[in-house]
Amino acid sequence: MTLASRVIPCLDIKDGRVVKGVRFQGLRDAGDPVECAGLYERQGADEIVLLDVSATPEGRGHALETVRTVRSVLSIPLSVGGGVKSPDDAGRLLEAGADKVGINTAAVSRPALIGEIADRFGNQCTVLAVDAAAGAAVWEVVVESGRKRTGLDVVEWCRKAVAIGAGEILLTSWDRDGTRSGYDLDLISAVSSAVTVPVIASGGAARPGHLAAAIEAGASAALIASILHDGDTTVGKLKRALGEAGIMVRP
Amino acid sequence: MTIVPTGTANTASVVAALTRLGAAVDEAASAGDVETSSAVVLPGVGAFGAAMDRIDSLGLATALRERIDANRPTLAVCVGMQLLSRDSEESPGASGLKVLEETVGRFGDGVKVPQMGWNRVEPGAGSRFVEPGWAYFANSYRLDRVPEGWVGSSSDHCGEFVSALEKGDVLACQFHPELSGDWGARLLDRWLQRVEAA
Repeated sequence: MTLASRVIPCLDIKDGRVVKGVRFQGLRDAGDPVECAGLYERQGADEIVLLDVSATPEGRGHALETVRTVRSVLSIPLSVGGGVKSPDDAGRLLEAGADKVGINTAAVSRPALIGEIADRFGNQCTVLAVDAAAGAAVWEVVVESGRKRTGLDVVEWCRKAVAIGAGEILLTSWDRDGTRSGYDLDLISAVSSAVTVPVIASGGAARPGHLAAAIEAGASAALIASILHDGDTTVGKLKRALGEAGIMVRP
Repeated sequence: MTIVPTGTANTASVVAALTRLGAAVDEAASAGDVETSSAVVLPGVGAFGAAMDRIDSLGLATALRERIDANRPTLAVCVGMQLLSRDSEESPGASGLKVLEETVGRFGDGVKVPQMGWNRVEPGAGSRFVEPGWAYFANSYRLDRVPEGWVGSSSDHCGEFVSALEKGDVLACQFHPELSGDWGARLLDRWLQRVEAA
């Protein structure tokens, strides 16, 4: 017996609104994070990721309010990332109702941040978000929305982050993100076999078969965004397809 | 009802879940609150030792132990459940509430740790609160046997472990009922009904 494989919708939030063109049927307002998160929970989502893409202090304030209102209706886990630079930033998100906090660029700049957050809140709260770009031989960590290469080897970075205190890795293929060409299975396999913590596959999903392949490559969960937001499919349909493919999911 | 401010991170989620079910939740300011409150919630994520330090610094340990020993309505979640034990491999040297004569151990090798995600829960014989279903877990440590005098529910993560304990109106969950969807809400509601009846 193992854990069920998770299907996790991701909502990009800016100034308190969902961005990236959400087009649902049946919602009064497709840009409302509370309505989106609630809809996905009813469809059977195992968890919700909120990614705050605001660039301003005002936007960050909106993000805390968004976390509070989503938390008040959501009875599944809520993982929040974007702009976390200190344990106090993480603490504010957790206090507002996040269950886990994702750190990305700030952890690359100062890896000790991972341990500081894990020591204070536990490693199960501490999610390392990694954006990976394919290189000649290995994957390289990129930051600042893919604009900046870091020279860090993705597998080595994940191994180090887990040793310091990361309890989960949200692994995004920068090459696949938004392409709908499927997850980078080699990347998932390389990272999930190098660490003992769960790995969430992200970037490139378009069909149920893509999710199944990511799970089979070693991912504990599959992150999805545009295929849901565009109304192409539902969490329920994806999970039924995973079940039919022999992958254990929570019904 | 009263929630113990363990200084850990799932308090907002626990309060939100209980509020959705109509409960009014306040933070415990003193041992007197723990003694007199109709129901007490002991949340907890993070480290065993840090949560116990917090309870000790607030002077709540004796009051918690006494109400649990008396089977009064008490809900312990995740590390909150582990705190009932004598000690934990997570924080050597730190003492728990010692309601149970158990040591909390780490999951073995060959399995993803933390256990993070949804796992099946099978209620123990005579369980009043737990029904079979899927619960959300986020833990690296667990109890591996049911202490005498308690009803234990079980789950499997590379070996069976104790996913819930109950005795009287005390319910301790290794999983997070507040994050376990409708199943978790029904579990909390059954416990709240006991609180009202008590």
